[in-house]
Amino acid sequence: MASGREERALPSRSATRRGNMAAAPRAPPGGAGRPRAVADAPGGCGRGTAAAARGGDAGGPAARRAPQRREEKVKFDSGVLLLSTHRLIWRDQKNHERCIAVPLSQIVFIEEQSSGIGKSAKIVVHLHPASSNKEPGPFQSSKYSYIKLSFKEHGQIEFYRRLSEEMTQRRWESMPTGQAMQVNKDTQAGRIRAVGIVGIERKLEEKRKETDKNISEAFEDLSKLMEKAKEMVELSKSIANKIKEKQGDITEDETIRFKSYLLSMGIANPVTRETYGSGTQYHMQLAKQLAGILQTPLEERGGIMSLTEVYCLVNRARGLELLSPEDLVNACKMLESLKLPIRLRIFDSGVMVIELQSHNEEEMVASALETVSEKGSLTADEFAKLVGMSVLLAKERLLLAEKMGHLCRDDSVEGLRFYPNLFLTQS
Amino acid sequence: QAKYKERGTVLAEDQLAQMSKQLDMFKTNLEEFASKHKQEIRKNPEFRVQFQDMCATIGVDPLASGKGFWSEMLGVGDFYYELGVQIIEVCLALKHRNGGLITLEELHQQVLKGRGKFAQDVSQDDLLRAIKKLKVLGNGFGIIPVGGTFLIQSVPAELNMDHTVVLQLAEKKGFVTVSEIKSSLKWETERAKQVLEHLLKEGMAWLDEQAPEEPQYWLPALFTELYSQEITPEEAKEAIP
Repeated sequence: MASGREERALPSRSATRRGNMAAAPRAPPGGAGRPRAVADAPGGCGRGTAAAARGGDAGGPAARRAPQRREEKVKFDSGVLLLSTHRLIWRDQKNHERCIAVPLSQIVFIEEQSSGIGKSAKIVVHLHPASSNKEPGPFQSSKYSYIKLSFKEHGQIEFYRRLSEEMTQRRWESMPTGQAMQVNKDTQAGRIRAVGIVGIERKLEEKRKETDKNISEAFEDLSKLMEKAKEMVELSKSIANKIKEKQGDITEDETIRFKSYLLSMGIANPVTRETYGSGTQYHMQLAKQLAGILQTPLEERGGIMSLTEVYCLVNRARGLELLSPEDLVNACKMLESLKLPIRLRIFDSGVMVIELQSHNEEEMVASALETVSEKGSLTADEFAKLVGMSVLLAKERLLLAEKMGHLCRDDSVEGLRFYPNLFLTQS
Repeated sequence: QAKYKERGTVLAEDQLAQMSKQLDMFKTNLEEFASKHKQEIRKNPEFRVQFQDMCATIGVDPLASGKGFWSEMLGVGDFYYELGVQIIEVCLALKHRNGGLITLEELHQQVLKGRGKFAQDVSQDDLLRAIKKLKVLGNGFGIIPVGGTFLIQSVPAELNMDHTVVLQLAEKKGFVTVSEIKSSLKWETERAKQVLEHLLKEGMAWLDEQAPEEPQYWLPALFTELYSQEITPEEAKEAIP
C-alpha cells in the first residue's frame, strides 16, 4: 500500500474457516490485484461464504413478516473474508489473485442475521450509493443498497464484532492510505445522503426492537396460558380420583364426557392410563369414516395395509385437519367392536395393519408357500417384488407362514431366507 | 324421573360441570393467544420448543389428537402430523440404502428438500417430536442417541442395548471392527460378532473384507457422501403408498 501509515489488517484469534463473500455492487475493488498490507497480515478475521448480494429496500415497511424481495446470488463462493482498518476484502480461496473489496467508508450500517434451518448466518452490509469516481470493478452500478455475506462455515459472530468495532472507531478517517481508494471525497454530498441513511437505520432499529418485544410478549402470554392449562390438569386429576373412589357409580355418559374433555386438553386419562380419549365419540366417528375411505385402497393392495401406510394415505387426502398417529390408532382399536368391514391386526413384531374383514392372512400364507416353493427359496425383498407388496408386509407374511410351520428360515449374514418346510411335508 | 344419586356421583358431576365451564373459558383464552401468536409458533422453532416443554411440564400433550384444542387453534397438530408423513416417506425411500437407519442430519436435509424452498422451516427438534409421535403406529420408529446426535430407526428390527452401543461406537468413523469392540467395550469375540452379524442381516451394516488389518463393518447411515444424493424416482415410488 502507500508508504507511511498503512492500513492495518486485524489479527484474528478465531480459527479461520472457509467461506465466501458476495460481490459488492457499489463498491470499487481494492485496487488491482492483492492488497499487500493485508496479505502480510497474520490472517483474516473469520471467513464467510457470501451469498445473495442484492436485495430490496432494507428500510422498507416495518411489517414484521414482509416477504423478502428477490435477491441475487453472486458467484463469489469459497473465499476468505478479511478485515482491515480501511476495507472489507474478499479473496478467492484457490486463486489469491482474485479479490474484491469494499472500503469501510462506504458502509452505512451492518446487521446480523442468525442462522436458521437450511441457511447460514449472515451479515447484511448496507452501503452508500457509489460515487461518481468509483474505481472499476465487477459491477459498475446496482439498484440495490446492500450486500450479504454468508458464513457457510461459521465465524460470523466474531467477524461481526470486529467489523462493528471498526465501524465505530472509523480509523480510516485518521489514517489516509494515500491511494485513490476512498470513494466519498465529496463530503458535502455525503452528509446530505447521510440524512436519508439515518432514517433507514432508525427503521431497522425499530423493526428489531419490535421483533424482540413481540417474542417476549408471546412468551409472557404463553406462560399465562400454561397456568390456566395447569388448572385444568389439576381439576381432571381430582375428578379422576372421585371416579376411582366411586368406581361404577359414574354413568357411562359422564365417562364419555370426561374422556372428551381430556381429549380436548391433551391430558392423559388419569384413571385408565389409556391413550387419551380412546372410546370417545370422535374416535367412533373416525372409525366409521376410515372404513369408508380405506375400502378401495385396501382392495387395491391385496386386502392389507400397514398402519403407517394408512396414516400417510389418509393425511395426504385430508390436506388439513390431519389425524394424529394416536387418533388413528384409537379409532382403529374400535373397528372390531363397531362391526365395521375392516379390522386392526397386530403382528408379533408389533407391526400394525388394517385388513379387510374378508381378508384372510392365513389363506394368503398358503399361496405364499406356493410362491416360495416355485422359487426354491425367497427373501422378504424378493418375495415383495414378486408379489407386489411392501417389504414390511411381505416379511410379516413369511414370518406368519413360518409360525404356522409352512416355511423355515435360513438366517445368515446374507440375509433372512425362507424355504418350504420340508420337515413337515416330507416326513 | 329423578334418580337418587350417591353423594360421590353428585360431586363428580358437579366437578364435570365445572370442568366443562372451565374448558370453555380455556378455549377462549387459547383462541386469544392464537390470534396474537399463532404466527410465532409457525415461524419460530425456539418458541415451539418452549411451548412443547411447557406443555410437557404441566402434563399436557398438544399433539395427542388432531381434535385437541391445541391442534385445532394453534395449528401445531397439522404442522407435526404432516412432518410425520414426510419423515415416513423419506425413510421408506432410503431404507434399501441404509437398512432403516438414518442420521437425524440426513433425515433433516432430505425432509427440507422434499418440502421445498417456500415451505415452513423445520428444526431437528421438530423432527424428533414428530418421530416420537409416530412410534405409536407400530412400525418400529425409534430414536437412538449416538455421539451427540441421533440415529433414527424406521423399521421394526429389534435393536437392543448391545446393538445400540455398537452403533454408538461406529458413529465416530462410520465403521467399526471386532477388535475395537473388544477393546472399547471389553466384550468377547462371540458377542461382538453376534451384534455385527445382526446389523449385517438387517442391512444396517455393510462388510468390507478387503480392509487392511481386519474386516470393517460400515454403517451406510453414516456415509456422509451420500447425504446430498437425491432420492431417485424409483426410491420415491417406493415411498408413497
